[in-house]
Parts: sequence; structure tokens; C-alpha cells
Amino acid sequence: MATRQTQFLARSLLTPAVGLLFIWMIVPLALTIYFSTLHYSLLDPGSESFVGLENFRYFLTDPAFLASLQNTLVLVGSVLALTILLGIPLALLMDQPVIGRNFVRLMVIAPFFVMPTVSALVWKNLLMHPVSGLFAWLTSLFGLTPIDWFNDVPLLAVILIVTWQWLPFATLILLTALQSLDEEQKEAAEMDGASAVSTFIYVTLPHLARPITVVILIETIFLLTVFAEIFVTTGGGPGLQTTNIAFLIYSQALIQFDVGSASAGGLVAVVIANVVAFFLVRIVGRNLEA
Amino acid sequence: MARMATTRRVAISTAAAWLFGFLIFFPILWMGLASFKTELEAFAVPPSFLFFHWTMENYATVQERSDYLHHAMNSIIIAGGSTLIALLIAIPAAWSMAFSPTKRTKDVLLWMLSTKMMPPVGVLVPIYLIYKSFGLLDSRIGLVFILCLGNLPIVIWMLFTYFKEIPRDILEAARMDGATIGRELIYVLTPMAIPGLASTLLLNLILAWNEAFWTLNLSTSSAAPLTTFIASYSSPEGLFWAKLSAASTLAIAPILVLGWFSQKQLVRGLTFGAVK
Repeated sequence: MATRQTQFLARSLLTPAVGLLFIWMIVPLALTIYFSTLHYSLLDPGSESFVGLENFRYFLTDPAFLASLQNTLVLVGSVLALTILLGIPLALLMDQPVIGRNFVRLMVIAPFFVMPTVSALVWKNLLMHPVSGLFAWLTSLFGLTPIDWFNDVPLLAVILIVTWQWLPFATLILLTALQSLDEEQKEAAEMDGASAVSTFIYVTLPHLARPITVVILIETIFLLTVFAEIFVTTGGGPGLQTTNIAFLIYSQALIQFDVGSASAGGLVAVVIANVVAFFLVRIVGRNLEA
Repeated sequence: MARMATTRRVAISTAAAWLFGFLIFFPILWMGLASFKTELEAFAVPPSFLFFHWTMENYATVQERSDYLHHAMNSIIIAGGSTLIALLIAIPAAWSMAFSPTKRTKDVLLWMLSTKMMPPVGVLVPIYLIYKSFGLLDSRIGLVFILCLGNLPIVIWMLFTYFKEIPRDILEAARMDGATIGRELIYVLTPMAIPGLASTLLLNLILAWNEAFWTLNLSTSSAAPLTTFIASYSSPEGLFWAKLSAASTLAIAPILVLGWFSQKQLVRGLTFGAVK
């Protein structure tokens, strides 16, 4: 009796959350699928008609799609590589006996808490401005010509900003993992005469394999949808040079008001994200059983 | 000898860590400094680092010209409101999954996680159109609602991992002593759950405060939180570096303080318990 009552209580406590999330997932997604089969432009109301897969053909063969897919991959790949390649040495350094480690950690983690619009505008103006930015002044100190970041290498500029935002995340997670590495294991390796390098390769790095995977997967989910940084700095340009998939869909929906094509694009984005999500869910799920 | 080597090692790693920490923090510091400069000095080449004419005038101007407090209030309402509502929905759900798990609990949890992975841009069109037809565009309630749903999976997950750690023996002991469900909740479980609740609240306040996809797309002026307000400085005619810096410093200061308190929970919350 009591158990049945408890079970009923448990289920009714769970229902609101499950119900809301279900609606939140199903209704917009169903609408996106529905819109993606329509010719539907907000500039031309009343002209909605069923066009089958025409929007997908249009979206996928649009040169802008290939360009933005490429930009998305370059952006995600570069930021992942930079945050991990810089994050590992940084985490190792902070795992050393450092005086005032807590304070250093505060400085390192800070960029993660800065809202994306602030990071992007501060970098674009105060640091990367070709005349008055701090970087321009530094390069001129060395007698070099300042780089016009957002004209000459716009995608690289966006990559640097996003890397600055995500480096703290990678570092913090790797540091947390390092601190859980058994000190005795490292000492044993050292006693056996292992050099610092081989201790790193054979003891530390294998221990970091899982947190690195987690960092890659979680960052990928967020990096696939980088939006605000592009919105406030380049607006996707010059040309299409910094347009990623998220920004392309946004501009089709809210600038060109092409609902059908934007919906088709949205579904493409969902599919790409789901491939990543599949792997992440498996890793987290495995952890749940342990 | 060994002692010497250790001291040297500490000195080197300390110096290196401080240097890199400072470099990473520098853009924020630079922004903070610029907020106390005049517009001319903020733009000056070569830049002045400390010896400029310090002024508070930008902070006053930001409030006068653009009603900073109005947008700050929007941020507080939207971030706070969405977090509180998410907690109200999530606490019972996480509670029930942690204390009366069924064989489907794991699947439910993973399914909830997978809703978080849907890219917001995938549902931008329908959400925008729904909001437009219900008059929810540029409304606080609309943003509260969408940020609440967006963060709900993380809230449930974090609470679940915290509740999971409350030893069940204590519950059983309380039940043996004849505690009713109500008493059990108030006197036994709540005190043990408070640290987990507090960290969940904190992390989600931060995430909601900094959310910049829905806020940029669904708000323009009257409901605009600080993310959207700062974005308005991106237009060429609005380019005032010192004022941008002052507005930005105000926008990130409170969250930076909260964030520093919640570093540990951040790892746990954002990796869904996969790294602790």
C-alpha cells in the first residue's frame, strides 16, 4: 500500500517537469518541420503553399550554406583545439605549488562569467581596433603594421574572442580532474625513475582522457550555436566570412523573413547537434551507472 | 639541496601562473580602467595605463542617457524569475527521481539532457512566430518563460546529483522514529539539501543573466536585459568606448562576484556530473 502511494506521489511530482520539457521539445520542433515544407515568407503573407522538400534543396545548395558550414567547422575546430592545447598546460601549471593559487584561479575563470555581448565588444573595440586598440599600439611598438582584425582576418578575430571565453571552462575542468589524480600514483612513477615527461604521457594524460572528451563534447554543443559574438561584431561579414550556420538561419528568418528556408536550415542544425549529443549522452549515461 | 630546488620550483611556477592569470584577466581589467577615462583618453594612442584623469562621469551618463537601471532591472527580473520558476518545477522532479527511482529514471534523465542539446536556432522561427502572435515579443514574461525552459534540464540534473548524495539511511532512521513525510521534509532533508539548492540557484542565475541568443532575438527595448542593452553599443553611431566600458563593467560586476563563489559547482553543473 505504502509503496504504491509513494510511487504515485513520485510520479505526480515528476509529471510537470516532464510535461513541460516534452511540450518545449515537441511543439516548436513539429512547427519547424511543418514550416520547412512550406513556401512561407513574412514579406508576402497569405502566399503559403506546400512545396515538399524544395526548401531543403534551396538551403543545402545555397552557396551561403557551404560557406557557413565551413565557417562553423573552422570556428568549432579551432576553438576546441586552442582551448584544449592551452588549457592542459595552464591546468598543469595551476596544479603546481603556486603561492596565491586561489587568486590566480579567480583571474583565470573570470572571462567565463562575462556576458558574450560584453566580451565581443570589448575585444573588438578596446583591443582589436586597428588604430586605437591596444593590440595596434603593441604591434607598432615592435615597428610592425597593426592588423585590421575585422577586415583582414575576421574569422580569426571571432575565434580569438570565443577562445578567450571558453579557455577558462576547459582549464577549470582539467584542473578539477588533475586534482583528483592520486598523488601517490605520480610519486610511484617518479620513484620508479620515470621522467616528468613520461609521467605526464603515461600517468597524467590517460587520466585526462575522459575530462578532455567531456570538454570537447560540451564545448561543441555551445560552439555550434555561437551567435551573440558574431551578431555584435561582424554581422556575419564581410561578405559571408564570419557567417556560421546559426547566424545564417537567423538572417534568413529575421532579416529576409524567409520562414520556410530558415526552418529547413534549423532542422539541418538540429541534425548536426544531435550527432554530437548522441555521443555526449552515451558518455554521461555510462557515468550515471558508475 | 632538495629544499632549494623546491623553493625555486615554487617561485617559477608562481611567477608563471600569475603572469598567465594576469594576461587572461587583462581584457576585463582594461575595460574597467577605460570606464574611468574620458572618451578622448579611452581612444588615445599611446594608451595611458594608470596616469590619466580619473572620472566617474561615464557612469552618470550611462544612467542618464540610456536608463541603465531599467535594463538592469529587466536582467534581474528575467534571470531571477526564470531561475526561481525552474527551481519550483525541478525540485519535486529531481526529488522524486533521486529518492524513488524506477527503472525508467535513467532514460528520463538522459532524455531531459538531450532537450538541452537542441540548438536554439533550430526552433527560432516557430518561437518567434508564436511570440509574435501572442504579443510576447519584447516582454519580460516571454523571456522568463523561454529561459526557464532552456535551463530546466540543467537545474533538474544538478539537483538530482546533489539529492543523490543525501544518505538514504538518514531518511530511514527518521521514518523509524515515526517522522511524517512533512516533518521528514522540513527537519531532515531540507537542511541537507540547502547547499545543493544554493549552488544550483547560483549557477543558473549566472547562465540566465548571460544568455544572449533569446534575449537578443526576442527583446528590443522595453524588456531588453543588459545583454541586449550592451549590444546596442555595437552600432557605429553608438561607439563611445568609455561609456561602453562603464555600462559593461556594471553589467558584469555582480555576476563576476557570484561566479567566483560558484566555481566548483560550475564544473559539476556544466558537465552534468560527469566531472566532479
